[in-house]
Amino acid sequence: MIIGIVKESKEKENRVAVTPDVVQRIKKLGYQVQIETNAGIASNFIDTDYVESGAEVLKSAKQIWETSDIVLKINAPSIDNPSEINLLKNNQTLISFFGAATNQDRLSKSAKDKVNILAMDSVPRISRAQKMDALSSMANVAGSRAVIEASHNFGRFFGGQITAAGKIPPAKVLIIGAGVAGLSAIGTAVSLGAIVKAFDTRPEVKEQVESLNADFLTVEIEEDGSGSGGYAKVMSDEYIKAELELFANQCKEVDIIITTALIPGKPAPKLITSDMISSMKPGSVIVDLAASQGGNCEGTIKDDIAELSGVKIIGYTDLPSRLPAQSSQLYATNLFHVLSDLTPNKDGQININMDDDVLRGMTVIKDGTVTFPPPPIEVSASPKVKEVAKPIESIKTKKTEENKFPFVGLTIALVLLAALGSVAPTSFMNHFTVFVLSCFVGYMVVWNVTASLHTPLMSVTNAVSSIIIIGALTQISSDDLISVILASTAILIASINIFGGFAVTRRMLEMFKK
Amino acid sequence: MISLEFDLVRALYIGATVLFVLTLGGLSHQESSRKGNMYGMIGMTVAIIATLLGPYVTKNYHLILTLMLLGGIIGISLAKKVQMTQMPELVAILHSLVGLAAVLVGYVNFLDESIMLVGVEKTIHSIEIFIGIFIGAITFSGSIIAFGKLSGKMSGNPLILPARHYLNLLVVIVIVSLGYAFTIDPTPSNAIYPLAFMTFLALIFGIHLVMAIGGADMPVVVSMLNSYSGWAASATGFMLSNDLLIVVGALVGSSGAILSYIMCRAMNRSFISVIAGGFGTDSSPVATSVTDQGEVTSINSDELTNLLLTSKKVMIIPGYGMAVSQAQHTVNEIVKLLKKKNVDVEFAIHPVAGRMPGHMNVLLAEAKVPYDIVYEMDEVNNDFNNVDVSIIIGANDIVNPSALEDPNSPIAGMPVLECWKGKTTVVLKRGMATGYAGVQNPLFFKDNTKMLFGDAKKTMDEVLGNLQSA
Repeated sequence: MIIGIVKESKEKENRVAVTPDVVQRIKKLGYQVQIETNAGIASNFIDTDYVESGAEVLKSAKQIWETSDIVLKINAPSIDNPSEINLLKNNQTLISFFGAATNQDRLSKSAKDKVNILAMDSVPRISRAQKMDALSSMANVAGSRAVIEASHNFGRFFGGQITAAGKIPPAKVLIIGAGVAGLSAIGTAVSLGAIVKAFDTRPEVKEQVESLNADFLTVEIEEDGSGSGGYAKVMSDEYIKAELELFANQCKEVDIIITTALIPGKPAPKLITSDMISSMKPGSVIVDLAASQGGNCEGTIKDDIAELSGVKIIGYTDLPSRLPAQSSQLYATNLFHVLSDLTPNKDGQININMDDDVLRGMTVIKDGTVTFPPPPIEVSASPKVKEVAKPIESIKTKKTEENKFPFVGLTIALVLLAALGSVAPTSFMNHFTVFVLSCFVGYMVVWNVTASLHTPLMSVTNAVSSIIIIGALTQISSDDLISVILASTAILIASINIFGGFAVTRRMLEMFKK
Repeated sequence: MISLEFDLVRALYIGATVLFVLTLGGLSHQESSRKGNMYGMIGMTVAIIATLLGPYVTKNYHLILTLMLLGGIIGISLAKKVQMTQMPELVAILHSLVGLAAVLVGYVNFLDESIMLVGVEKTIHSIEIFIGIFIGAITFSGSIIAFGKLSGKMSGNPLILPARHYLNLLVVIVIVSLGYAFTIDPTPSNAIYPLAFMTFLALIFGIHLVMAIGGADMPVVVSMLNSYSGWAASATGFMLSNDLLIVVGALVGSSGAILSYIMCRAMNRSFISVIAGGFGTDSSPVATSVTDQGEVTSINSDELTNLLLTSKKVMIIPGYGMAVSQAQHTVNEIVKLLKKKNVDVEFAIHPVAGRMPGHMNVLLAEAKVPYDIVYEMDEVNNDFNNVDVSIIIGANDIVNPSALEDPNSPIAGMPVLECWKGKTTVVLKRGMATGYAGVQNPLFFKDNTKMLFGDAKKTMDEVLGNLQSA
């Protein structure tokens, strides 16, 4: 079968669906590859590179659409001006982003003539499909680029320095939403030297955030924001109120905000209000990665930079395209993995296996019929979160009990001691004092004993405990015969213990050599 | 004979006390340990001489000298003769002597009619005698049983009487009421009966206490008895109003208690549960639940030799089986040869390996294994990824992965040496029997585990021969 790659028709798009490198790998699956001329030019992949990799270069997009069995591209096919959907022909398969959930019009117009459409943005979020997850690949690029765009528009360094010309404080960066894009932004901002804080409604990402050396911010309300498929869900009103309060406080402090809060199939939540923006320091920068879905920030202008009370709000939606070579390479690799799953026999024939969870999830149109939405696959990175939540509570209550216990114990001990002191004679209390103190001395002295010396320590303490011989010695001068006999026996056996114990300890210790 | 003033004796006692504290402190670290032992001997000498010259000892000097000489000869010959593998037994039997001495001293004190006390002081004194004899008797009989179990003269299996907890409770109640009877009428002619009966019950109690504890818990028992012998001495000190005895007894008692605690922590078991019952006894049905585990792969000593020669890092994990087969000397020879061939060899010691705290360290030291290649569990457990071959010599429960993986296992939660994370594990074992805990070990069935059946000493000798000719 012939695979065709067209130049992206979208304005300002610099990426290309397949790189020369990946052309070679696709050919190994048994396909012929053809590409529109200058398709990769904006990503610095020239036609001769593709020819060397074994692809045929065709003059126009129209030729590609007409002669290919499978068409690969990045952006969803355009509906009109000019329409790419109209170019879709019978039995053709298109693999690209599609936006099936948000664009009903495109979906219904594409459903024709036994056309198959596999949407790269519908790859299910399960571990097996990670290698095909182009959304994550692009989010990774976008998150990193967002920090670079912010830095570009921010009039200062990110990292702190002490120079001869004075002290430079590090920039403070707040990242809202610690998904793929958010984590990537955290990594980039931290490596530029900024102080980074991150917020997410899903408590399980705390560890990931902290592993990147950023602080994880939380609100005081306990609610788990994990939805299915690794995305966040819509939170309760109460939670959102607390969340907004947190952001309002943070706005006064931070220099850079990067928002990445998206909820699938819904307009982006408004997290940063114009009041908050006006409380920020002039010269601060906000990068709104949710701009394509209305933005997380009031005043965001899609694909442009807005300015509000001295704060720049960047609403670019083409961040991956601003790192075209990198994005193209990642996307092409994702595509290759899809193709490789579609061609189990490596014979150049695609097989859209609808029993395969991943392929089923991606396929939005099969043989001209809409197959979207797919049946749900309920697999999430952290299942049974609710069950986990309860033990945490019980641990907490246990802890407070533990905290109380020493006081109760101490009180009881003191009361008992007082009771003892009130009846016992002075001589006893003297001995008792000595006794208690000695217990603690023993505890302090022995506590750090190395494990290898446990046996010698035991044998030496055994020898030492035969100090009981002193007792027998004080008794042997008795006039009572029975007492003398008993005391004599005690002296004999205690002596065995003294000499035996010290001798064997000595013998053991002699053996320990470095 | 010259006689020292009472206060001078006390001053010398203080000196002895300080020396004993230094002893325990010294024994905490290898470098200072020999000096520590020396302090102990000096301290004991000072204490005895001060007592002999003090106001209490007025006659029978010849008798004392003879007895101490006799005891010294017996003690030193015991210490010289004992095999290092028999250390746990020796320590146990020595504990029993302290217990017995405490009982005897208690009785003498009881019979002493020169002590004239009235009122509360009299009551307290009676209680002191009662408690001193009680602890001494438990230590005595418990240590004898521990000795029997450790030396193999008695079965190591826990003896579980029906309703044993109620039996123990009953005994305690009877002893407390006997104590009451003893204190309200302490004239020797009447009080001897409750005291004698209590001694008898305490002996039974001690026997029952140790009988019910299984072999794998013996390290805890040994250190617990060590602790008891200290408390017995301390109680005697109260009885005789002797601060030296109180202090030294308390030092020993708390050190033994700490050792017991360390052992319990190493097994992830509470002290109570160790004392209350043996391993696997309360959950006997669980032990049989693991049935078909798959097949084991076995290798012979030639293959093990080749495996060792091609590895970079070897970890040796000894257990009680090494002590039984006396393989430690051969193991040391193998280690030396492998080191010459640039193979890195280390030892990993589980805190409860063997039958006594620190048992394995003593055995390895006896074989002259340098102590700086012998590591504790916590020091090496993260390094198993880098280990090419782990050799398990006669150990079982301490390398059982079900402690971590199977929450129903009787040893669940016990920290174990995670040798299966290394490339290959070779288990030297006589057969497929389970360990003391009676739990099947999934380690033996893992893909990267090889079994080498046979006596560990014989196998190690063969490997040594191969290495020497290689």
